[in-house]
Amino acid sequence: MRHIISILIENESGALSRVSGLFSARGYNIESLTVAPTEDASLSRMTIVSIGSDDIIEQITKQLNKLIDIVKVVDLSEAAHIERELVLVKVRATGKDREEMKRVADIFRGRIIDVTESSYVIELTGNTAKVDAFLDAIDRSLILETVRTGVCGIGRGDRILRV
Amino acid sequence: MQLTGAEIVIRCLQEEKVEHVFGYPGGSVLFIYDEFFKQDQIKHILVRHEQGAVHAADAYSRSSNKIGVCMVTSGPGVTNAVTGIATAYMDSIPMVVLTGQVPTAYIGQDAFQEADTVGITRPCVKHNFLVKDVRDLAATIKKAFYLAKTGRPGPVLVDIPKDITAQKCEFQYPKTISMRSYNPVVKGHAGQIKKALQILLEAKRPIIYTGGGVILSDSADKLTKLTRALEFPITQTLMGLGGYPATDRQFLGMLGMHGTYEANMAMQHADVVLAIGARFDDRVIGNPNHFCQVARKIIHIDIDPSSISKRVKVDVPIVGNVPDVLDEMLKQLDAAEAKPDSKALAAWWKEIEGWRSRNCLKYKQGKEVITPQYVVQKLYEVTGGDAFITSDVGQHQMFAAQFYKFDKPRRWINSGGLGTMGFGLPAAMGTRFANPKSPVACVTGEGSIQMCIQELSTCKQYRLPIKIINLNNGYLGMVRQWQEMFHGNRYSESYVDALPDFVKLAEAYGHVGMRIEKPADVEPALREAFTKHKSDLVFMDFIIDPKANVFPMVAAGKGLSEMILAEDL
Repeated sequence: MRHIISILIENESGALSRVSGLFSARGYNIESLTVAPTEDASLSRMTIVSIGSDDIIEQITKQLNKLIDIVKVVDLSEAAHIERELVLVKVRATGKDREEMKRVADIFRGRIIDVTESSYVIELTGNTAKVDAFLDAIDRSLILETVRTGVCGIGRGDRILRV
Repeated sequence: MQLTGAEIVIRCLQEEKVEHVFGYPGGSVLFIYDEFFKQDQIKHILVRHEQGAVHAADAYSRSSNKIGVCMVTSGPGVTNAVTGIATAYMDSIPMVVLTGQVPTAYIGQDAFQEADTVGITRPCVKHNFLVKDVRDLAATIKKAFYLAKTGRPGPVLVDIPKDITAQKCEFQYPKTISMRSYNPVVKGHAGQIKKALQILLEAKRPIIYTGGGVILSDSADKLTKLTRALEFPITQTLMGLGGYPATDRQFLGMLGMHGTYEANMAMQHADVVLAIGARFDDRVIGNPNHFCQVARKIIHIDIDPSSISKRVKVDVPIVGNVPDVLDEMLKQLDAAEAKPDSKALAAWWKEIEGWRSRNCLKYKQGKEVITPQYVVQKLYEVTGGDAFITSDVGQHQMFAAQFYKFDKPRRWINSGGLGTMGFGLPAAMGTRFANPKSPVACVTGEGSIQMCIQELSTCKQYRLPIKIINLNNGYLGMVRQWQEMFHGNRYSESYVDALPDFVKLAEAYGHVGMRIEKPADVEPALREAFTKHKSDLVFMDFIIDPKANVFPMVAAGKGLSEMILAEDL
């Protein structure tokens, strides 16, 4: 099953490689990984999407907790949460495709943030399924480049992850 | 007072009451070595290879409860040390490794003797640090000692660039350390302990199974008390030997791949397993699927939550420091009204005695060829069972574990997890430094001993009267055994041709060498080594049966009860 693991980790050099090294050394899979400092600059927040059986996810959270730099680990997908990722897509936008691209972007509540004579860059946020659906909706041959941030997530309501 | 980084390193070690540092100098640590020279509180032990320094520091920890410390230079110093660090990590041995690094400005420039130490060692340390500011140095070393010893212990590495050792700052050694990201659990959950006790008291066919955690946490006495109070059978892993007196009737011997018949059968047929500081390793329980075939309840006490339910699903997990949990368990047991089911236990013991009567470790010692079992047996008798025994890895290691009965903890020093050949001799050095009055023997083979043989020179320099018991069969014995059993007798590269004359080799290093070829000479030679040559290093080259194999044996991937016994062949 797909799990979203949120981590608070000391914002020190090498912290990211401790986490990624753990995943590769123990053969755990990483679908996506995002990391950036939090409002407290001494801490980074990391979101990892991993797929595995319950036993494996349990081991992942235990092994992560064992890393000395990690302050907290939460499996967000255990309860109500929100997840989002951002995608930037550069598409060919010429002739009749130009109008069609604008329309598809509007339908998905994407925004065109760069325009040239022949291309658009479309920005879109949503959960993974929405981003996938958007990319599927565009004619593949018109996609010049895509960049996805990977998922970041947060618990709903009173579920708060902080020190 | 303003001190240089190098002075700070020495001061920190003094504050930690470090008496010995095992190491090897080099360019990046020259300032630190200069400070070693200027003081005499800490003794530096000069090894002949960095691997030896780390194994020695590791065994120093294992054989006492002090933290072993070693120091190596950057680049090749570190890469040579990696095997030793990984060895300590796999067996959760507290150790502090100080490494030199090229100056801060050179890092990343492919400088001479530069290696990414923190990157290379990351997967085999509990934690590591690169010191980038001399003002962080003292606190970082303090953290290293704190991390090494607390929670699940392990090696911690501090990488110190050369320029940091020359810079000055105000020195103050922190008294305490608090880390928001690191708070190991100590006390076990009282409710879980109560639940565990209830299951134990209702058990019909219980077994206690313990590992290195009992040794590392110095809980042998508490374990013994609990085991005697419950009157349960007890078995131990290779790392757990000495956690309960091996000569006691309740002890079934080691379990696992080369465990005793009675221990493996009891483990496989138990209805309740109390696991303490052990991790259900593949060499210990065989195939976990076979292990779980019999309906049973498993109680697991361990300080590391990630060890629980990793290979085998556990019914009652108790996360905590073993001595604290055992204290609580003993307290609750005292207060409990229920008592162990003595009738069921009597029937269970009867069954166990039946297995025990197979006498699975029996061997025949003829008049012509020395068997390895006989040598260890005699070593045990001659030393009164009270020596510190280090070992390398292979058949000799298993014979030592099977035939030397350890009644006390921290007497059996071997590389269980990583299985590092070359461990034995440097480990014997570290053991002797930690226990300067006790006899120390290294049970080894002609393959393993040659992997760190250069340390014979260190032994001479520091007059270490180690007794090397070289079980010489001319083969990499355990490899040969597997080739014989699983690879159609094709002894691919397991015969070691052109062995040195170990007697002359020992003499060349300034030690005493003996070659023993007849069974009748085994005991007299050992007696001579431990009495007449009490203060010498004696290299005892026992020419043993080249065909001897270790039994019982559970083949890899099999269940514990599927043992091959010597009598089956």
